Amino acid sequence: MKPFTYQRPADPADAAELLLAQPDAVVLAGGTNLVDLMKLGVLQPGSLVDVSGFTSDRIEHRADGGVLIGAGVRNADLAGDLGVRQRFPVLAEALLAGASGQLRSMATTGGNLLQRTRCAYFQDVSKPCNKREPGSGCAAITGQHRDLGVIGTSDKCVATHPSDMAVALAALDAVVHLRRADGEQVGVPLSEFYLAPGDTPERETIVDRGDLVTGVELPPAPAGARMRYHKVRDRASFAFAVVSVAAVVVRAADGTLADVRIALGGVAPMPWRARVAEAALRGQRPEPAVLRAAAQAEFAAARPLPDNAFKVDLAIDLITATIADLGGLPR
Amino acid sequence: MTMTTSRATGASVQRADGYAKVTGAATYSTEWPLQNPAYAWPVLSTVARGAVRAVDDSAALAVPGVLAVLRPGAAPELQPADDPEMLILQHSRVDYRGQVVAAVVATSLEVARYASSLVRVDYTVEPHEVLIDPDSDELFTPTTAVGNPPASDKGDVDAALLAAPHVLDATYTTPPQHTSSMEPYACTAVWDGERELTLYNSDQGPAITAGTISALFGLPAGAVRIVADYIGGGFGAKAFVRSVPVLAAMAAKAVDRPVKVMATRQQMFSLAGHRGPTVQRVRLAADPSGRLVAIDHQAISHTSRHADFVEAAAAVSRSLYATPNLRTGHRAVRLDVPTPGPMRAPGIAPGLFALESAMDELAHQLGIDPVELRVRNDTDVDPSTGRPFSSRGLVECLREGAERFGWAGRDPAPRSGRQGDWLVGTGMAVSTFPVHMAPSTATALATVDGGFEVRVTAVDIGTGARTVLAQVAADELGVELDQVTLRVAHSDYGMAPFAGGSAGTASWGWAVVKAVRALRERLDQHGGVVPAEGLEVTVDTTADLAELSAYSRHSYGAQFAEVRVHVHTGELRVPRLYGVFAAGRILNPRTARSQLLGGMIFGLSMALHEDGVLDPVFGDFANHDFAGYHIAANADVADLRAHWIEEHDDELNPVGVKGIGELSNTGTAAAIANAVFHATGHRVRDLPITLERLRPGLRGEPVG
Ligand SMILES: Cc1cc2nc3c(=O)[nH]c(=O)nc-3n(C[C@H](O)[C@H](O)[C@H](O)COP(=O)(O)OP(=O)(O)OC[C@H]3O[C@@H](n4cnc5c(N)ncnc54)[C@H](O)[C@@H]3O)c2cc1C
Repeated sequence: MKPFTYQRPADPADAAELLLAQPDAVVLAGGTNLVDLMKLGVLQPGSLVDVSGFTSDRIEHRADGGVLIGAGVRNADLAGDLGVRQRFPVLAEALLAGASGQLRSMATTGGNLLQRTRCAYFQDVSKPCNKREPGSGCAAITGQHRDLGVIGTSDKCVATHPSDMAVALAALDAVVHLRRADGEQVGVPLSEFYLAPGDTPERETIVDRGDLVTGVELPPAPAGARMRYHKVRDRASFAFAVVSVAAVVVRAADGTLADVRIALGGVAPMPWRARVAEAALRGQRPEPAVLRAAAQAEFAAARPLPDNAFKVDLAIDLITATIADLGGLPR
Repeated sequence: MTMTTSRATGASVQRADGYAKVTGAATYSTEWPLQNPAYAWPVLSTVARGAVRAVDDSAALAVPGVLAVLRPGAAPELQPADDPEMLILQHSRVDYRGQVVAAVVATSLEVARYASSLVRVDYTVEPHEVLIDPDSDELFTPTTAVGNPPASDKGDVDAALLAAPHVLDATYTTPPQHTSSMEPYACTAVWDGERELTLYNSDQGPAITAGTISALFGLPAGAVRIVADYIGGGFGAKAFVRSVPVLAAMAAKAVDRPVKVMATRQQMFSLAGHRGPTVQRVRLAADPSGRLVAIDHQAISHTSRHADFVEAAAAVSRSLYATPNLRTGHRAVRLDVPTPGPMRAPGIAPGLFALESAMDELAHQLGIDPVELRVRNDTDVDPSTGRPFSSRGLVECLREGAERFGWAGRDPAPRSGRQGDWLVGTGMAVSTFPVHMAPSTATALATVDGGFEVRVTAVDIGTGARTVLAQVAADELGVELDQVTLRVAHSDYGMAPFAGGSAGTASWGWAVVKAVRALRERLDQHGGVVPAEGLEVTVDTTADLAELSAYSRHSYGAQFAEVRVHVHTGELRVPRLYGVFAAGRILNPRTARSQLLGGMIFGLSMALHEDGVLDPVFGDFANHDFAGYHIAANADVADLRAHWIEEHDDELNPVGVKGIGELSNTGTAAAIANAVFHATGHRVRDLPITLERLRPGLRGEPVG
C-alpha cells in the first residue's frame, strides 16, 4: 500500500478545500470499499479525507411520508429504522441482502452509492482495465465476465454496479443530495447520478472533485404500494447479486397495474431502471404473458456476452414472477 | 493386535487447544515475539509462460526501510530438488502466472508490500495454454496418480459393455478447487549462525519439512527445526513444501535477521497447490437386477509444466463395488499452471462425484431404488485385488442413513415434490476413503513427580489430533488425562508422517501406544518406581507397519441430501444433509463430529460453489479472492447431521481407527447433484451446480 496521509476536516467547506488542493486526495467514509482497493493497489490516494466528523448520520422522516437519509447513515442503521421498514420495506430488504452484518455496520449510505465495481479485472492491477487505466483495454470481454453486465454496457466496459441499496433507491425514485465543491447544494435524481460507460468508463457518476454526497431523499411511497427486493445470488448469503430486482407496484381497483416501478441489479453499470417494461405494464393486467412480454421488451437492447447470457433470461423470469406476485394475481 | 482399553478415549473431551485459540493466546507462525524481524513480500509473475529477462529493483530499493530485493541471480542458492515448486529464484524460467520471481525484504510488512509494487520485471513471453482439451494429443499417462497406479484392468470390460442389457455412459467434470484454509501460508525464519535454522511454519508435516529444507539449504539432518504449534487449517496445501518457507529462509539468510512471510488470500491461489480439474467418463454396465457387470472409469486432469501431480479421480472405482470387469485410467496434460496439490480427499472427492452420479443415473434407468442399487453391489472382497476387507460398514451406513433421513416411501419420480415456488428433491450417495498409515516415532517419558509426557511430531491443523492423542496416551498409561502432557508439532520430536491422507491418528497414535507400552515395561522393570533421572523411551513403528496383514482397508459412509430449487430463478438450497459413517473407533465424539460435519460442508461447498476459473488470456485463476471464489457460508448450511456406527476392526492398528478427516467430503457433491435431478428432472454433470447449469432444467430443456 502506498503511504498516505489521513485528514479529518471539521466541515464540508474544509473538506472540499482539501480535496481541491490535493489532486490525489479522496473521501473516506466507512472505508469498506476504499481501503480494500488501496490494499490491492487499485487506488493509491496520497491522502484520505475522512468526512465522518460532519456528515449527517440522521434519518429524518417527513410528515408527507418522504424521508431524508444522511450520507453518513450506516447501512445497518438504515435497514433497522422502523419508518424505513414500514414505508420502504424494499430498501430495508435490499440493505439486509447486502454484504454481512459487520460490513453493514461500517458501510455508509454515501459510500454505498459510490462503491466501485467488483469486476475481477478492475481489482487486479496486473491486468488491463479501461475503468482503472483508461485506454488499456477491457480484459473482461474476452475473459471472466460471467458476473458482469448485459445491458447499458459498452465495448469499453461491461462492469456492473454492485450495490443492492442503490437498486431499491432507484425503484423508489430517490434523489441524491450533493454539495458541489463551490458550496452549492443540488438534488440529482438517482437516475441521472450514474453515467453510462460509453467511451469513458472511468467516469462513473456526476460527482466531481471536491463534491460531497450529503444525503439521499426519498419521496413518499405511492399509496397502497406493495414492494419487494429479490436478490438471486450464488450462495445463500454474503454474495453480490447475480441478478436482483426491486419492485414497487400499485394495483388499481380493477386489477390493472396503476403504477409499477422496476429496478434491476447485477445486470448493468448502474442500478437499472426498467422503464421500457414499466411503460408496457402500466394500466395492464398482470397476466404472465403480458409480464413476460414487457420484461423481454426491456432486454431487447441487451448485449450479453457468452458466459452471462443466462442473466437476461433470469432477469426476465425474475421480473415476471415478482410483478405477478406483487400484482396479486395467482400464477 | 491388542487394543487400548477405553476410558479417556470415546469421551467427548474438549479440545486441548480450544481455549488458547478462542482467546487469542495461541501463537501462530508469524506471531512469535522476535527481536528485529524483517518482512518479505513476494513479487509474482504476471505472465504465464516465458522467462524473466530483467528485474529493475531500483525504485523498490530506494524506499526507506527496504533491506534487499531477491531475484534470480541475486538470491541464496539452493540445492537441487525433485519438486521445482520449492526452487524459487534459482532460474529465470516462468512456468505459470503467479510464480515467485522476486521478493522485497523490508523492516515492515507495509513497506515490503508497497516496495514490491515498484519492482519492474521484464519478461520474454511465450504463448501459454491453461485449459484442458480432452481430445488433446498431448495427453499422457502419468507414472502415478497420487501414489496410485495410473491404470487398472480386470476381466474384459469392452465385451461386457457390448453384451450388457443396460449401459450408462456419461461424462462428468469438476473444476479446479482451492484449499482455502482460514490461515494462508505463514512462516517465520530464524537462523542461528550459518548452519542452524528454525522455521515457525504453518505446516502439515513438520518432520518432513525439516528434512526437505535441510536438503535444500545443503545442511545436515537436524540442522533445521520446524515449529508448527498452531495451524489455521491446511486441507492438503501445507503438506508439501512450496515457496513460502523457502522464501522466508532465503530472505532471513540474505538480510541476516529473522524474516516473516505471510501470503495474502489472493497470492494463495497460485502459491498453494490447487485440486486439478477433472473430466471423467464413467461407463457402467448392469444386468436387469442392477448387478454391475462392468465399470470403466477414465479420468483426465492437468498438471504443471515442471512437475506431475495428477488428481487420481478414477482410483476410487477400483474398490467400491462388486464387478467382474473393471477398468480405470488416468491421463493428464501439462499446462502453464501451478503444480496441483492434494486437497481434502484428493482424487476421491471428484471421483466419487462422477461414480456416484453415474450410479444414480443407472438406478433411475433401471427403476431401482438408489440405496438398494448400492446394496445389491456390495462386496466382501476388494474387486480389484481380491483381498478381503478388514471391515466394511457400507450397507449398515446405507440402512441407517435411509432410516434417519426418512428415505422409505420416497416417490422416485423426478419433479414429484413441490412446496410453493420451490421444487423439492432428495438424493443420496456413498462416501468412502482408504485407510492410510505411515511409520512414525514417538517418545514417552515418566518423571519422578508421577507425570507423563509423550512427544510425537504430530500436528494439529484443526482436527483435534492434539486432544485425541492425549486421550490415547492416558488410556494406555491407565492414568487421568490431566496426568499426561502431550507435545506435538516440533520436528525435533522425531520422524513422523504429515497430517494428511487421514492417516494422522492411526500413524501417530500407533507410535504413541507403542511408546507408552514400552515405557510401562521399563517402569515395571524398575518395580513401578520412576528413578530420579526419570524414564524415557523412543519407539519407531516402521517394522510394525511392515507386518500389516493383506487386507483391503477403507472407511465408508452414506450421505442423504434434500434440496430445494426455486422454480423461477433456479436458486438452489440444501435444507437437509445427513451423513452416517463407519470409520473404525471414534476416539472423541466431539472432535469427530466437528470433522465429519466440516467435511460435509466442504463437500456441499464443492457441489454448489467452488470453481477456480482459469483465465485463458492471462493464464491465472481470474477469481482469486473470496468474493470471486465462493466457499459455503453459514446460511448455506441448514439441518446438517453426522452420525456413525460402532465399528470394531482388529486389522487396523492398536488404536482401532480408520481416519475421519477426508471421508465425509466424499460423496456429498453427488448426493446433492442426485437430489437436484430428483427435484428438477435434470442432471447436472458439471460442478459446481450454478444457476446457469440448473436453469435450463426448469424449462424442460436439456442441460448443457
Ligand atoms: C466482503 C464484502 C462484501 C460486500 N457485499 C455487498 C453486497 O452484497 N451488496 C452490496 O450492495 N454491497 C456489498 N459490499 C459493498 C459495501 O456495501 C460497500 O463497501 C459499502 O457500502 C461502502 O461504504 P463505505 O462507507 O465503507 O464507503 P468507503 O469505502 O469509505 O467509500 C467508497 C467510495 O465512496 C466515496 N465516498 C464515500 N462517502 C462519500 C461522500 N459522502 N461524498 C463523496 N464521496 C464519498 C469514497 O471516496 C470511495 O470512493 C460488500 C463489501 C465487502 C467488503
